[in-house]
Amino acid sequence: MAKRDAPEINAGSMADIAFLLLVFFLVTTTMDSDLGMMRKLPPTLPPDMPKPPPIKDRNVFVVLANANDQLLVEGELMDVTELKEAAKEFIANPMNKETLPEKKQVDIPLLGNTMVSKQVISLQNDNGTSYKLYIQVQNELAAAYNELRDELSMEEFQVTYTELVESGEKAKVKAIRSIYPQRISEAEPKNVGN
Amino acid sequence: MASKFKKDDGKGEPAISTASLPDIVFMLLFFFMVTTVMREVDLKVKVSTPEATEIQKFANKSLVTYIYIGEPNDAKAFGTTSRIQLGDAYAEVAEVGAYIETKRGEHDEAEVPLLITGLKVDSETKMGIVTEVKQELRKVSALKISYSTREGGVVR
Repeated sequence: MAKRDAPEINAGSMADIAFLLLVFFLVTTTMDSDLGMMRKLPPTLPPDMPKPPPIKDRNVFVVLANANDQLLVEGELMDVTELKEAAKEFIANPMNKETLPEKKQVDIPLLGNTMVSKQVISLQNDNGTSYKLYIQVQNELAAAYNELRDELSMEEFQVTYTELVESGEKAKVKAIRSIYPQRISEAEPKNVGN
Repeated sequence: MASKFKKDDGKGEPAISTASLPDIVFMLLFFFMVTTVMREVDLKVKVSTPEATEIQKFANKSLVTYIYIGEPNDAKAFGTTSRIQLGDAYAEVAEVGAYIETKRGEHDEAEVPLLITGLKVDSETKMGIVTEVKQELRKVSALKISYSTREGGVVR
């Protein structure tokens, strides 16, 4: 028998097969969002723990959220949109007002002696508060801290706080953080207006 | 002279070669194969997470245990009260601790302090159930949590 050339395999259906696989992966794929707001819960305390010393009223920024998704900030009704500015003013206390938190001189590496406010934010919500509002409040408070840190970082190191964190300069990040430590305390929820 | 520019008539337009089509499709295919994450759980509750701006990305996804809270998909059978979903099944608040413990068992001992509990909670859920879950997490010292959110402006 004469030698014949091996017949060429028709590759025309290759595209169809590939399409089939492609469609399968398109359908099964989930672009899973892995974004979130990281928080740390307070550890459970032993029952015989001595009570912590009371904190002065002027050092506490009280945020209350009720079952109707209304906010009461420092005794006044407030919209979520105004919360960030109010929190920023409270945390930094730029005018050293009597009603806003006290300041203490602390020696911070890299920045020297600085006045650090003794601020604490207290957040309390109702069992009927919607999760959406809760996240908005958390977000606004975090934004307040982040903006203040950004401003300070720009002033001291000429880069934003986010860039500082990303560049991995831990000493500088730590210095900024010790001036504006994020202190958000969550009280046990109350069950009113349900 | 005119014949120099004569159109060669008779022939139709040449067919576009589709020989490279498989290559293009394969390229797309590989992209999806690499980026794909197989759905790990069947969601039995509706979860539409709220939007936020101050968010971080998980450094290591394998360290995250998800807890889903939302309205059941099958409202006829389970009603419309928010339920907790652990793994593939509905669960009660009291089961959260045990679930976290089993998840810890699946990880290396050195990794246990790094584990994060991701809370995927629907926007319309009431805080009551979320707080109960958080208290349960405190009891088993699973203190690192993350509120899953979508990236986006807060609705004004």
